[in-house]
Amino acid sequence: MRNALNIVLGGEAGQGLVTVGHLLAKSLVRGGYSICVTQSYQSRIRGGHNTFAIRVSPDDVQAPCEAIDVLAGLDAPTVTLHESELSPDGMVIVDEAVKADCAKCVPVPFRELATGIYVNTAALGVVAQVLGLDLAVVRQVMLEAFGKKVETVAENEKALEAATKWAAENVAATRPLPPAPARSARLMMTGNDALAFGAASAGLRFCAFYPMTPSTSIPTTLAGWGESLGIVVEQAEDEIAAINMALGASYAGAPSLVTTSGGGFALMVEGVSLAGMTETPVVIVVGQRPGPATGLPTRTEQADLEFVLHAGHGEFPRAIFAPGSVEECFHLSRRAFELAERCQSPVFLLTDQFLADSYRAVEPFAIEGLPQVRPWEEAPAVKGPYRRYAITSDGVSPRLLPGGSEHLVVVDSDEHDEVGHITEDLTLRKAMVEKRLRKLEGMRGEVVPPEHTGDGDPELLLVCWGSTKGSVVEAAEMLRADARRVGVLHFSQVWPLVPEQFMGLLHKAREVVSVEGNAFGQFARLLRRETGFEVHRQVLRYDGLPHTPESVVRGSRG
Amino acid sequence: MGPGGRTATAETPRTAEANRAVVSIEDYGTYETAWCPGCGNFPLLKAVKEALAASGLAPHQVLFVSGIGQAAKAPHYLNANLFNGLHGRAVPAATGAKLANRELTVIVESGDGCNYGEGGNHFLAALRRNIDLTMLVHDNRIYGLTKGQPSPTTDRGFVAKTQPAGTASDSFNPLAVAIAMHCGFVARGYVGMAAHLADLIRQGIAHRGLALIDILQPCVTFNKVNTHAWYRERCYELPDDYDPTDWHAAMDKSLEWGERIPVGVLYRAESAAEYVPAAVEGGGSSPELIGYAALTC
Repeated sequence: MRNALNIVLGGEAGQGLVTVGHLLAKSLVRGGYSICVTQSYQSRIRGGHNTFAIRVSPDDVQAPCEAIDVLAGLDAPTVTLHESELSPDGMVIVDEAVKADCAKCVPVPFRELATGIYVNTAALGVVAQVLGLDLAVVRQVMLEAFGKKVETVAENEKALEAATKWAAENVAATRPLPPAPARSARLMMTGNDALAFGAASAGLRFCAFYPMTPSTSIPTTLAGWGESLGIVVEQAEDEIAAINMALGASYAGAPSLVTTSGGGFALMVEGVSLAGMTETPVVIVVGQRPGPATGLPTRTEQADLEFVLHAGHGEFPRAIFAPGSVEECFHLSRRAFELAERCQSPVFLLTDQFLADSYRAVEPFAIEGLPQVRPWEEAPAVKGPYRRYAITSDGVSPRLLPGGSEHLVVVDSDEHDEVGHITEDLTLRKAMVEKRLRKLEGMRGEVVPPEHTGDGDPELLLVCWGSTKGSVVEAAEMLRADARRVGVLHFSQVWPLVPEQFMGLLHKAREVVSVEGNAFGQFARLLRRETGFEVHRQVLRYDGLPHTPESVVRGSRG
Repeated sequence: MGPGGRTATAETPRTAEANRAVVSIEDYGTYETAWCPGCGNFPLLKAVKEALAASGLAPHQVLFVSGIGQAAKAPHYLNANLFNGLHGRAVPAATGAKLANRELTVIVESGDGCNYGEGGNHFLAALRRNIDLTMLVHDNRIYGLTKGQPSPTTDRGFVAKTQPAGTASDSFNPLAVAIAMHCGFVARGYVGMAAHLADLIRQGIAHRGLALIDILQPCVTFNKVNTHAWYRERCYELPDDYDPTDWHAAMDKSLEWGERIPVGVLYRAESAAEYVPAAVEGGGSSPELIGYAALTC
């Protein structure tokens, strides 16, 4: 395992757990550390048991892990539920009022150190002291978060000071972090933040959504930026409305986005088909969570790949990106908008709850001068009807906007002629099918190749897609300790597949093991369907939690 | 442009004066249709073209958004921009288009099944949202394209092949619902009163905010009850002394159906807040404006 500590904060919903976790994560990132946050919460507003886990390292860290080094709990279940997950020298910081009875427990008199909501700040102080953090950084981060109300600031400062002083005097077994390298300022963001950021930088103008975990934080973030960036964020009456609004807005010239999860996406499916038929660009974020139906609304899974791949009646081109990190969320979000506009098609960003909510430290993106998509062309001066669906060699027809010139822009969900009017000319129908499908060739030409890391001539090749990347890469490092050559092949674009990009490696590897967060092995099935290649073994997880390096290693060793 | 509403006036000139002189009904063209001879869609299409010409709107300034059904084909038979989307989903597509380009005059044109059945939730949301759309609902009280099933506005007891014992549900009253929700322009037209209908549509287009015009028309093939003769006997123009700004009177009037059917503007709100969110065209759009500060550690 890496030179990293795993800190887990636990408590009831409504206790301020996420606030404390966020402040601690921010303090760590500002201190030069890398983090990987896993938020595990129940589908309720108050009570229950939630955790905010921060894996922290002076080196790069892109995966969660199972063994807990520092467990901090404001309630009893935190101790009883997670005590067994403690690493050999793990410790538990727990409110003495909880009366937890365990060998590794350090009871803290939180109620003496602070009152009311400021107990959270006291917990932050104790953990910061145990980790040996620069307390000036923690204080500064806290002031920035609460700095508006004078009274609040004073109470928070008091609680933080009392807690760190108490911990310095009373906690013998500390877990100081190794020193972090000096770094210039970085960003701390979740996968959803990065998707929103990428979309805005690509020229997003319209986002429609119906609230659904884990996707809602994207429109929430965009709404905060909306006015200054000229982005309309519209909460629709349902997901059907959301995607139809996005298509209407896109048709009228606004690069458009919808965000949802499996159940909401099920309602959008007819709209996906409409985007295919009308050749209207739209980017669709599907943040996966475990189904079927309502499933586990706040947990993670990768079980909607086949659904998204096949959603929508009829045949039309689409592309599906599956980012493996927060950085990839940013870059692939941009790419999705560019591709959607260029190929006038629906393009998907397939993430999941784990990545959507996972805070990481990232280098600032070079956003200066990044191009924005421009969804129209200059109107030709020629008279005569504009042909929205002019049959072209690459299938892409020149696009004008309604009202942008005297040319009329006609689009139709019925089969249509080149102008866009309804037709039942069956010869024309065949030509239009072929025109639409020719765009798939253009898409194939710019598929993001899967990323191959680790040994070039692997005895064991781990194949994965989307958010499992960090855990699989780290598992490969651990498996190399078995004196095997181990490679990783990660797909950040899962459709279309271009076999020439990866078949050589698949054939070269002695054993190919696929790692996925679902029960069917959906990507392995897709691989077999498209290439005839059958993976030798599958490591599948579908208990609502993300793959960890440990779970991948256990499965890979068989 | 910032968020918030603005006060609507009863009628706002929508286009440059220059257009008024040059736009004529011929600009909107004449096309062969897929409708039955005698269909109520023919006079309705003509009324729409007259209203557009009377509004001084050139074809490229107008966007029709329609769903699916014989009514939803209507915009294919005139010159204008057109988004012919899915059954029931014309309203949200129109909403998106209008939010993306506020200069467009956006008209939703579809039937009673499309707008009140499949699109029922969108209809309710549109009434609440009050975006500047004109809804033209071809209301023939039947599903025509699928050959004669009852629609949301079909009267209880109507016998159809799919409902041989008679339709068991009460009919939906779109005007009463719209008035109950204070929609700023609620009207009923009848295709047998052509000039009156064209003027209703012109007024609806001029209204800032959502305008609902429910348009009675026969289905000569599948609705043998609500025929031209049936409507002619019953439809009457609202008298000059009818006050469409009196909400309670309008509510009462919207319930009148059967022996006598009122036609005209049933309700008009003098000042309804039109929905205007942060504008697509507004603001600087450079990514540098995005809150790096909020994300920087």
